[in-house]
Amino acid sequence: MITINSYVKPESLEEAYELNQKRANRILGGMMWMRLGSGRVQTAIDLSGMGLDQIEESEEEFKIGCMCTLRQLELHKGINQYTDGAVRECVRHIVGVQFRNQATVGGSIFGRFGFSDVLTCFLAMDCYVELYKGGIVPLREFVCQKRDRDILVNVIIRKDVRKIRYVSSRRTKTDFPVIACGVAKAGEEWQVSVGARPMKAVLVTEKADERNAAEIAEKLTEQVTFGSNMRGSSEYRKALAKVLIRRQIEALMEEC
Amino acid sequence: MEVKFILNGKQTTADIKEDTVLLDLLRAKGCYSVKCGCETTNCGLCTVWIDGTPSLSCSVLAARVEGKEVTTLEGLQEEAAEFGAFLAAEGAEQCGYCSPGFIMNVLAMVRELEDPTLEEVKEYLAGNLCRCTGYMGQLRAIKKYLEMKRGTK
Repeated sequence: MITINSYVKPESLEEAYELNQKRANRILGGMMWMRLGSGRVQTAIDLSGMGLDQIEESEEEFKIGCMCTLRQLELHKGINQYTDGAVRECVRHIVGVQFRNQATVGGSIFGRFGFSDVLTCFLAMDCYVELYKGGIVPLREFVCQKRDRDILVNVIIRKDVRKIRYVSSRRTKTDFPVIACGVAKAGEEWQVSVGARPMKAVLVTEKADERNAAEIAEKLTEQVTFGSNMRGSSEYRKALAKVLIRRQIEALMEEC
Repeated sequence: MEVKFILNGKQTTADIKEDTVLLDLLRAKGCYSVKCGCETTNCGLCTVWIDGTPSLSCSVLAARVEGKEVTTLEGLQEEAAEFGAFLAAEGAEQCGYCSPGFIMNVLAMVRELEDPTLEEVKEYLAGNLCRCTGYMGQLRAIKKYLEMKRGTK
């Protein structure tokens, strides 16, 4: 269990950034995972109260503040209309309503956790992170970067003409996924994210042509590396991913 | 450090350590309905409302409720007793340890969802674990409770 020596609610992002440059200090998200860790935090930096818990929708994009909760995502009409319920599907299996009322989008994305449904789903969209110092970075680049001392301020979903579906497989309800897939058809390309491999999510692409769903799913799955842990072997994960991706491609082919 | 918040309708002040979690503060304030179960955010036993939103008090820093309104089962005794009677009638509790958190989340659900289906009920309550009953009695109790609420609306 972590211990905290001092607790600060900064009044500006600059103040929060300065505090966060010390290695012993930590930004607080929902604190769902952080508190399960060990070690001593010198200063806990709480971003709540800075107005970063809003979802703004414009004609071009959704701007999601880092302190928005997963429950806000789940209930947001605009996001779920745009994603045809994919975002709701990606969060609704995460523990329970109380957990989702606390866990934050910023914590889920910045942590780049291997088990993250949110990261997997967002990776299949035209998604960006807005970092306080680093500016706006495509999520697909951010996911490959090492963690640093910057602050994730907003997550941005740009609206484009894409169809997306999200699916995951779990050993039991509310558990971490054994495998998670976000499948999107963007123009002439299939963009598929695979998470809970159990490593962090990756994005793979394949041209949308005359091939059938099984062939495309096979090619996409071959691009992904899978690992083993107590929830499943790499072979099992690969077999699951192939089937789940094929089914979502078939469904999207019918829709498009 | 000092934290000021409203606990079950009463202005409350407490002197806390920076890493005190809300669960421990509430029990120190005499709210013994708030139970510690898994301590890993999975079981829902420690559910309280923060500004009306069901939350896991084992995972909230007490410092974070500054200026907020916290409600525990002690603050909802009449409603809790009403739903508790349905649980009892259906034999839906055995050890009873999970009941306070479960009742808090059921009462939150009733406020949030207009006319929930069985699937919506199950989804809303997925974060409340009970190791005794197998949930069937609880679901029967909720069904009858909702029927009663609909009849009285």
